[in-house]
This record gives sequence, structure tokens and C-alpha cells, in this order.
Amino acid sequence: MERKNKTTGTVAGIIANLVIVKVEGPVAQNEIGFIYHPENKLMAEVIKITGDNVYVQVFESTRGLKIGAKVEFENHLLEVTLGPGILSRNYDGLQNDLDKMEGVFLKRGDYTDPLDREKKWDWTPIAKKGDNVTAGAWLGEVPENSMPHRIMVPFKMEGVYTVKNIVEAGSYIVDDVIATVSDAEGNDIELTMVQKWPVKMAIKAYDNKPRPFKLLETGIRTMDTLNPIVEGGTGFIPGAFGTGKTVLQHAISKYAEADIVIIAACGERANEVVEIFTEFPELEDPRTGRKLIERTTIIANTSNMPVAAREASVYTAMTLGEYYRSMGLKVLLMADSTSRWAQALREMSNRLEELPGPDAYPMDLTAIISSFYARAGFVYLNNGKSGSITFIGTVSPAGGNLKEPVTESTRKAARCFYGLNQDRADSKRYPAIDPIDSYSKYLEYPEVRDYLTKHIGEGWLDKVAKTKNLLLRGREAMEQINILGDDGVPMEFHERFWNSELIDGVILQQDSFDDVDANCPMPRQKYMLEKVLDITDKKFAFENFEDLSGFFKRLINHFKQMNYAEWESDKFKKYEAELEEIMKERLN
Amino acid sequence: METQAFQKIYTKINNLTKATIMLNANNVGYDEMAMVHGRMGQVVKIMGDNVILQIFGGTEGIPTNAEVVFLGHPPQLKVSDQLAGRFFNAFGDPIDGGPEVEGKIVDTGGPSVNPVRRAQPSQLITTGIAGIDLNNSLVTGQKIPFFADPDQPYNQVMANVALRAEADKIILGGMGLSNDDYLYFKNVFDNAGALDRIVSFVNTTEDPPVERLLIPDMALTAAEYFAHERQEKVLVLLTDMTLFADALSIVSNRMDQIPSKDSMPGSLYSDLARIYEKAVQFPHGGSITIIAVTTLNGGDITHAIPDNTGYITEGQLFLRMDSDVGKVIVDPFRSLSRLKQLVIGTQTREDHPQVMNAAIRLYADAANAKTKQDNGFDLTDYDERTIKFAKEYAVQLLAVDLNIDTEEMLDRTWQLFKDNFSREEVVIRQEFVDKYWKQ
Ligand SMILES: Nc1ncnc2c1ncn2[C@@H]1O[C@H](COP(=O)(O)OP(=O)(O)OP(=O)(O)O)[C@@H](O)[C@H]1O
Ligand SMILES: [Mg+2]
Repeated sequence: MERKNKTTGTVAGIIANLVIVKVEGPVAQNEIGFIYHPENKLMAEVIKITGDNVYVQVFESTRGLKIGAKVEFENHLLEVTLGPGILSRNYDGLQNDLDKMEGVFLKRGDYTDPLDREKKWDWTPIAKKGDNVTAGAWLGEVPENSMPHRIMVPFKMEGVYTVKNIVEAGSYIVDDVIATVSDAEGNDIELTMVQKWPVKMAIKAYDNKPRPFKLLETGIRTMDTLNPIVEGGTGFIPGAFGTGKTVLQHAISKYAEADIVIIAACGERANEVVEIFTEFPELEDPRTGRKLIERTTIIANTSNMPVAAREASVYTAMTLGEYYRSMGLKVLLMADSTSRWAQALREMSNRLEELPGPDAYPMDLTAIISSFYARAGFVYLNNGKSGSITFIGTVSPAGGNLKEPVTESTRKAARCFYGLNQDRADSKRYPAIDPIDSYSKYLEYPEVRDYLTKHIGEGWLDKVAKTKNLLLRGREAMEQINILGDDGVPMEFHERFWNSELIDGVILQQDSFDDVDANCPMPRQKYMLEKVLDITDKKFAFENFEDLSGFFKRLINHFKQMNYAEWESDKFKKYEAELEEIMKERLN
Repeated sequence: METQAFQKIYTKINNLTKATIMLNANNVGYDEMAMVHGRMGQVVKIMGDNVILQIFGGTEGIPTNAEVVFLGHPPQLKVSDQLAGRFFNAFGDPIDGGPEVEGKIVDTGGPSVNPVRRAQPSQLITTGIAGIDLNNSLVTGQKIPFFADPDQPYNQVMANVALRAEADKIILGGMGLSNDDYLYFKNVFDNAGALDRIVSFVNTTEDPPVERLLIPDMALTAAEYFAHERQEKVLVLLTDMTLFADALSIVSNRMDQIPSKDSMPGSLYSDLARIYEKAVQFPHGGSITIIAVTTLNGGDITHAIPDNTGYITEGQLFLRMDSDVGKVIVDPFRSLSRLKQLVIGTQTREDHPQVMNAAIRLYADAANAKTKQDNGFDLTDYDERTIKFAKEYAVQLLAVDLNIDTEEMLDRTWQLFKDNFSREEVVIRQEFVDKYWKQ
């Protein structure tokens, strides 16, 4: 968008947050404009152009707005500001720093700086004078909460540049010039630690994007063991209200092995964001011992904030993720809930009187969701280092019915499906991930299979397959028991059922609110799974099915105590020993 | 509301529908209120000098030459301590025969609290009802609805909860309230000597349904005054939000919007969230807690209204008639309080979380056993014991007619465990079993 003067226009129509502007001059699709309202300027984005009528969605309430109000277009799309100091921040969907806003209530038109312009950063150069660099090349780095924050050649710069000058190690503010580069024609360009990027475009300053292959440990047994997600992978968690999407995402964001965690609260509850603000500064990252908040950035567009900004919020989050990925970091991105984003699209599409698709969602919903998920991934950067964005979104299907457009569209885009089951949630079997319907397509990738075998152990995949099989057979047995009655089926059916109950109780169920059980590292997961599978292989002697169920309940009870105990602690070992005793009594 | 001298009067309406009028007017603000032929209207669309107004009371009898006066502001309420003890209609006008309230004029439906200026809800609210205090503990700053069929005594339960909750102010937002229920609330609050702590905004079944749309904003504007400016603990009761949503669908339907599920507007989630998200805990101690009622159609919670509500609120209290014991209970399966984690086991006894979960698990086992029984199968000894437990649990703990403290609830539950099960069958952390399983 190369334009000398800002295009202006006047408000000609208002329907809620859709405003029609009569323009004098050129505008671009998705360009940002400001509407002049008596006390403040309201930010808006162009979403449709017909002749000199430009339709904009306003990121604020339009209450009191009048026909004839002046509008000024900014010559750029919706952008985020990238630079050190993004971690630990609480932003709204448009990257305004919420902590910098004055007053208790949000004020419309209050736009705050996402970065701290005064803070000094300890700069160490990486590039040298004379180096040839392209967009995304690392010029130097500053420590940001102990994470190496690489300062890069701005992503918008096309072509090859030569480093003409780079400042020495020292302390600088973000707006200081830290390097001067010259282009092929010899023009000098001064660079600071800050750059901007339009959120709806993917940052592609990397060499290549292979299929992801490394396990990303989340500490959640039913995910890591049964349906693992990988570094750079995508997954989604659909579930009716109250089935545990948010608790699961929070648990993952606490314990997953990621360098950076970005949480986009997209049209959900403010209190859930407050929970993160309150808890993360207290909680430790189990791997680094530093506070969780140090590696976390929150994008909060809660449900009562303007709807148009809700759509922007997921893109803002993704762009921040891409920025950190380009630094060679492992980013975990969570969005709760992508359905609210889809609903924001629906509200706007309806106001534009577009031809509706299924359930009145826009026709191109699937394409929009797919291209969003496609921005995640594992990449090799131009300098040979790697970085990743693992993306997990929640979906809130209307009426809990998975045959609805957002769930179905997302299923096409995401590789892991963690479906939350209402019955499991009702009976407090958390996390309520359905072990049979859920899947990880990554388990089919040969490179992932090799990785798991190498890092977890020979035969691991067989154990996983066996576990799934036992769960399936358990469910079938239960169905038979329900149809034919306890006495109407052979003992074997009860055995099958209780084997699956054992796996359920010990491996699948996990208490996110228990300090110990909440996080289960891979070695512990492996140990427990092998222990449980051992039992399912054994032949015990029972008088009748009640005898059998009583025995299994005791086993499960003891196993649970083990789960609640510190790994390999005396308590853990005590329960383990007791378990052996219980089994000995029954072994034939 | 009176018109002011400088306001321009329009007298030519171009188009009329059941709920809207259109006229040519200038200098009109979006969302602005207007007086149309003595009725209140609000601007919902402006295209050039074509202005469309929604008329809350309907357009019946409005002639094309009716007087239209724009008031220059969105819906407003005068707030001050004088609100206490008073009854108002959807426009904030007194309906109790008392004088006009004097106070600061504020726009209703204002912006939300900056999330970083909120505190984490943390103060336990006790109600004496175990279905709530034991299984679904509430905290200040929470928002939670009762899900109930229309024939259940939800207003009574809600009134009890309100009176026991020790709130500084109770604000009643009544939407489509029958006159009997309106008088019921008035009576209970009066008898409890609580009238001076109550503010009511009421739209009864006799008032035009679309006026209901203003009630939650009115109630919450008053709530924000007391919770923020007076730093009080405010409890807002909204009944019945299903009728509120129905009014939304009437309006969107008349405006020719494309409906989504169950003929509800596509913006239902945002419309409801805007209201419920006003629940807040302020760091200074003031708070707004919202307890609402969402009536169901034959217990169907997949309908768009309860479904969207469930996605917004912090849990739901599901009222159900338990025919085995003949009492209305808070159903432990479909009910949930998402904020209970913040208080149970810390502000209540340590064994609370585990006891709660164990009891619900056993209650679920009883449900399975009953299914078996209904299908004509023999019951095991364990099945029989769970069924017995479930009955006792329903009567002694789940029924809504209870009024006991939380310790007593926990003790009763342990007693039921002991009466019906072995230690291993309850699956509770060993420390607690050792401590509370009384010999
Ligand atoms: N892993 C878990 N361990 C213990 N309790 C859980 C777990 N997951 C969920 N719960 C319980 O379920 C409640 C609801 O969970 P959560 O808020 O995550 O649901 P949700 O799917 O995000 O719902 P919504 O769609 O309405 O946001 C929690 O408040 C908690 O009581
Ligand atoms: Mg949630």
C-alpha cells in the first residue's frame, strides 16, 4: 500500500458495529481506519468495498455515532508490534496492553502501546558487519525473562541486505538503532528492535516446513500416552459446555514442554483470564524452575469485549507465535474458543447480508479455519535452527453436537482430535477426552513412530495400540453386560470390562487440581502404563464377578494413591508394595 | 422522561412494521432513545437520513404523523443510594408510587471491566443447600443460572438463596414475571425485613415483551453503582432469562435477520455474555454475583438458550424432581459450579473436594444400577447398596429444602459412606479416610 496521503471518508450508514463509509480516494481490503467520534477515535477494518461505499467493522461499540462522522484510513492492515517485552503481557485482541489502560472500566478508543519504550535491554550482536542478511535473519539478541529474544531483520524487507553497521553489546531501548543495513542499490536502512507485521498474513521467513516429528510432552497422560501431539502439530478439543476444555488447556499450558506459551482467550470468560493472571505468577515451570508467567503471553478478548476484535485476537496470537518461532523457540499456542471466533465471523457475515452457509455461518468457514491452522508447524529457519508453533484450539459445538460446521471444519484442519465426552464429564472422569473416538494422526507418521520408539522405548507403540484395544474391548464388554446383565455374560466379559476400567482409572483419569497428579512426565507415564498392562496380562482367580469387581476396585484405589504421591517417594513405594500384596493373594 | 425545548420534533414516519418505524431524520446517534407517540424507541439502524427505530411497546396504533422526539442519549438510569428499597419498570421509572430517584445519570449497558482490574472471585457464599454448598459451591463475583422446567419452584429457591447469601444489596431483574411471582418476591423480602436492601426492575407478563430487553442492563447498572462506587457485595437475580432471549428473537425476526439454531439470533452468545460478564469481583471488595433462571423446555439443555448460557456462565444449577424420593433436588450430574475449586478444601474443610466427588461417583453407580433394574436384571449386593445410598443422599443432602452448614453436610456424607460402603469402595485419599471415617 504505497499512498502519499491518507484517504478520508464520512460515515454514511450504521448497523451495530458495521459502518458504511463514503470514501474519497483509494482504500484496500482489510485496511485499518479510524472513525472520529466526539471524544475518541474508533478503530475499524475494511471488510467489503462496493464502489465508493466501504464497509468497515468497528472494533468498538458504535453507540452515539452519527452520520457524517469523519473517517481516516491508515494505509496499512491490522498490524501487531513486535519487539522484546511481549512476554508476561496481558493484551487485548488488538494487542493493546491492558495494564496500561487507565480506570477500572474499559474505555473505547483507548489504544495503548504493546511495548515498553523506556526499558533498557542487554543487547548482544549476532550478525557481523558485511554479513548478507534476509528477512528474519538474527541480528542480535536480548534476554527477555531469560529467554533469548532474537532481534531480526524485519519480515517485511524483501531481498538481500548487507550489514553495514551493528551496535556493540550494551544496553539499549527498543527504539535505538541497533543496525544499519544496505540494499542492493546501496540505500541504507536503519533498524531498531521493533518491527510491525499484518496479523492476517503468515510470517514465512523460514527455510522449510517439514512434517512435524518430535513429541511435545504435555504432562497429560491420555494425550501423551494414547494420542500424542507433536512439536509443531495441531490439535483441537471439542466439547459441550462444562466438559473441561478450559481446564485442560490451562493444564497443558502449565506443564507442556514449551519455551513460550501464548493463550488467546477468545470470547470466553474474564474470570478465566483472571485465573491465569493470578496463578501463573505463582506457579513454577517444572522444567526451568522459573515462574510460568515469564514464558506466557495472554491475549484476552473476553466475551463482553467487542465482537470484531474477537476475530482479530486469534490472528494477533498466531502472529506473536510466528514471531517467537522465527527466533528458534518452541511456541505453544492455545485458543479458547475458536467457535467464538467463528461466531464473530457469522455475526458480521449476517450483517453484510451475505448468502449464509450451514447454520448461518459464512460459506468460506472451512477455508478460513484451515488457513489459520496451517500457520502452525515446525520449521527450519534460514540459519539451520528450528522453531515451532504447536496449536491447540477448543471448539464449543452448539448443543454439544459434533456434527456442526465449526467442529466439522476444524476436523479437516487439525491433526489431533481430543473429543470431550459428556458422559465422562458427568461422571467426573476427567479429563473427559474420549479414549476411543479421539485420535492423533501423528501416530501414523513414520517419523513420529521412530521418534517415540527411540525416545520412549522399544515396543512402546505396541503398548499404546494394546491399551487402545483393551479400552475398546472393555467398552464392547460393557455394552454386552448392559444388554445381557451381569449374570448373562461369561466372566471373561467382566474381566475385559474391568481391565479397561483399570486403564481408565489409572491412566486416563488425571486430577488437574492435585499438585502431584496434575503433571505426569513421560517416564512416569511409561512406568504406570507398563504396570497396568502387566496386570491386564495376568490371570487371577475369582469366585464370581462381584469378587472380581471388588478386587479391581481395590487395585484402582491403590493405583490412584500412587498417582497422588510424589514420583518414587516413600509413599509411592508403599502403595506399590501393597499393590503387589493384593495381587499375590489372587494369582494362580 | 420529558422532552427538552431545543429538541426537534419529527412528524412524518415513512415505514411501519410490527416493531419498528422508519423516518427521515438528521443528527441522530446510534443506540439513541426516542419518544414515539408517547412510547419509547431506540435507534437500531441508520442509512443516510433514513433512521430505523425499534419501538419497545410495539407499533400498534402509531399513525404516520406521530410525533417523534430524539432524546440524545442511550438508555439511562439515575443511580444513588435512593434506589434501595424501590421498584422500577424496564425504563427505570418508579412503579411503587414513590418519588423519582435523584442521582447521577449513567448510560446503561456500558463498557466492561478491564480484565486486569478484576480480582479472582474468592469469597464463599453459603446457602444452606447441600446441592449448592457441598457439590456446587458459589463464590462472590460468579455468574450462574438455575436450569429448571417451568413447573419447578425456581423463584422460591432463588429467593431463599438470595436471603441467605448475606449480600449488601439484592437486585431483582424480573422479566416476564407473573404478577403472582412478583408479589411473592415482594412478600418474602418484606417478611425477611430485607426490603431496604432490595432494588427491583420488573417487567411483568402484562408489560410488552420487548421491554424486557432493557431489564438486565438496568439491574446491572444499579449493581455496578453499589458494587463499585459503594464497594458493596451485590447479588443480582435475573429471572427468567429464557423470556429475555425470546424477546431477542422476536426483535431479530422482525428485523429480518437470518436466524441460527432454534430461531435464535446468531448473536445470542454475545448478547447473553454481555450481561453475564458484568459479574465481577473488584479488588476493593465490592462484587457483583449473578444468579439467573433459565427455564427449559422439557429438560432440554441442548436448546440454544440454555446451551449458550452454559457456555457463558460459571456453571449451572439443575433443578429436577427426584421421583424416587418425591423432592426437588439439585441434580449432581448436570449441575456444576466452575469456581468451586477456588474455595473448596481451603475455605471449607480439607476433605470437601474428595468427599463431594466420591459421593457423586457413587450416585452415578446408583443410576447405572437403576438402569439395570429397569431392564429386569438382577442386582448385585453393591448395586443394592448404591441404590439405598442414592435415596438417602437425595433426601438428606440433595433436596432443595435443606438449610444446614457445610461441616454438617460433609459429616452426613461420611455417615452415608460408612452406612453403605467399605472404605475401599469410596476411593478417597487415605489421609482423609483415616481421619473422618468414624469408627
Ligand atoms: N481435569 C479436570 N480435573 C478436575 N476437574 C475438572 C477437570 N476438567 C474439568 N473439570 C471440572 O469441570 C468444570 C468445567 O471445566 P471447563 O471450565 O474446563 O469446561 P469448558 O469445557 O471449558 O466449558 P465452557 O465451554 O463452558 O467454557 C471445571 O470447573 C471443573 O470443575
Ligand atoms: Mg471453557
